[in-house]
Amino acid sequence: MIQVDGLSKIYRVAEKQPGFAGTLRHFLRRRTRDVVAVQDVSFQIEPGEMVGFLGANGAGKTTTLKMLCGLIHPSSGRVQVGGFSPQRRQAEFLRRITLVMGQKQQLLWDLPPMDSLRVNAAVYGIPDGVARRRISELADLLELGEELTRPVRKLSLGQRMKAELLAALLHEPEVLFLDEPTLGLDVNAQARVRKFLAEYNRRTGATVLLTSHYMADITALCPRVLLIHQGRLFHDGPLEALAEQLAPEREVRLELESPVAPDALEGLGRLEQLEGCDVRLLVPRDQLTAVVAQLLDRFPVRDLDVTDPPIEELIGGLFRQGRV
Amino acid sequence: MRIFGLNRRIIRVLLGSQYAHMLEYRAEIALWALSGVLPFIMLSIWSGSDARSGLGLDGVALDRYFLSAYLVRQFSVVWVVYAFEEDALLGRLSPYLLQPLHPLWRYVAAHLGEQLTRLPFAALIAVVFFAVQPQAFWLPSLGGFLLAWLATWMAFAIAFLFQSLIATLCFWSEKASALERLQFIPFVFLSGLLAPLTAFPPAVRAWAQWTPFPYLIDFPARVLAGQPVDLIAGFGAQLAWIAVLLPLVLLLWRAGVRRYSAMGA
Repeated sequence: MIQVDGLSKIYRVAEKQPGFAGTLRHFLRRRTRDVVAVQDVSFQIEPGEMVGFLGANGAGKTTTLKMLCGLIHPSSGRVQVGGFSPQRRQAEFLRRITLVMGQKQQLLWDLPPMDSLRVNAAVYGIPDGVARRRISELADLLELGEELTRPVRKLSLGQRMKAELLAALLHEPEVLFLDEPTLGLDVNAQARVRKFLAEYNRRTGATVLLTSHYMADITALCPRVLLIHQGRLFHDGPLEALAEQLAPEREVRLELESPVAPDALEGLGRLEQLEGCDVRLLVPRDQLTAVVAQLLDRFPVRDLDVTDPPIEELIGGLFRQGRV
Repeated sequence: MRIFGLNRRIIRVLLGSQYAHMLEYRAEIALWALSGVLPFIMLSIWSGSDARSGLGLDGVALDRYFLSAYLVRQFSVVWVVYAFEEDALLGRLSPYLLQPLHPLWRYVAAHLGEQLTRLPFAALIAVVFFAVQPQAFWLPSLGGFLLAWLATWMAFAIAFLFQSLIATLCFWSEKASALERLQFIPFVFLSGLLAPLTAFPPAVRAWAQWTPFPYLIDFPARVLAGQPVDLIAGFGAQLAWIAVLLPLVLLLWRAGVRRYSAMGA
């Protein structure tokens, strides 16, 4: 459904030093530099896949999404979405995609969402009856009711976001580009949007490419992730594989019946913390079963917990360490 | 059939929603209608001046001209460059670019919605004008009214395309609206808002005929006021300006969209 080969985007940005002298210099001799936002990115997404797009701020996620939906033109490389070249923005292509960008809204601010939905139905050529049925179905899924007849400015952020999603999906697009669709929402609203997206994908078989700062969005929805850093694709594969790649060890937390000496834990992984009865060890993934068995065998264990370090920390740490 | 993504259903729904949208701003629009009284100020200045004989219009004709100029202005005011610039800077343009409808149609609909909202206020001001100047009252013939309506719409089309041309420069410069201000002075002088074009020296008048400005106010106002005017030349010039500006806007738009960086989105 989505084919990306050697995609790059270079922006030319003006550079200005602060202060009056900087302003004067900028006015007299404007200096620019090229910023590589996306560099030689290639991947392929099959129909119906839900793929997470990860990366720090400014990594190139949004720029890539904008190129995939045809909003901006690539500097080089080739993109095909559903057999179309996005930058040509043919009407037939636009009818098959949608882009949802965080809190950027297409709804008319002073009117109820229903007015914007009527406009969208007309623009996409959806017959009135079909539009009514779809609005009703999507509103049910999104748990929207009377909010659709209240002015957008009177809605909460979560209600607005759900109404935006409804507007963006009214034409039943086959490809969804979602850029931070849960940004700024509270935990409950995030969960509802996630549930809705999963259900929409299940019902329609739509292809979804999703960026999010909330790892819960990615872990809940996307079996496959793309990790981009400084414009380059760093990982393309299952989330678990990324976790393994980033964190070859797992964390084992123990609460013992009585304190033990550090020597007693030798050979059972890397001791990270020992405070009284509380122990924290990092154990290589391939030794985990054996180590846990030994721990249970050797010590009186009150509680044991095995976890992966949070993926946000892993990715954040990775970027901080400059390992990518 | 769709023209640049537009069909009858879209026209109906877009106009309906934009009219409803503009009604939310009715108080502001009423103030805008009220603030457009420059022609009446000019009328009072000219009426009390000895120079009025040089205008080529007598008292009642002058009253009617300036009322017509006010009405034409009310229905040909264009602000697309400001709305477009804000939308481009704040990223609101992006969703419009991804719909199978040329984004400029939304601005056309917004302007028409605003004109509909202005209608009662403009009518009220006309009523007040006739109450103050009853000798100036006139009702144009149906044919004259329809011609004036057409001329006003064509004036609106020229102004809209002209400003859209500047608006598309937003793809290159973030503050293209500054350019719009450049044309404000020639517009005010040469459009007929300050004085009918007959008031200007023949050389200026001849030069002004080659600009779009006289066809934005002077020509439609004269048609509405029922004053002698060369209809074929006037409508011909309006059509010519539309024919020049439309392809320019489309060309510049196509080139600009390639440069669009979806700022703020």
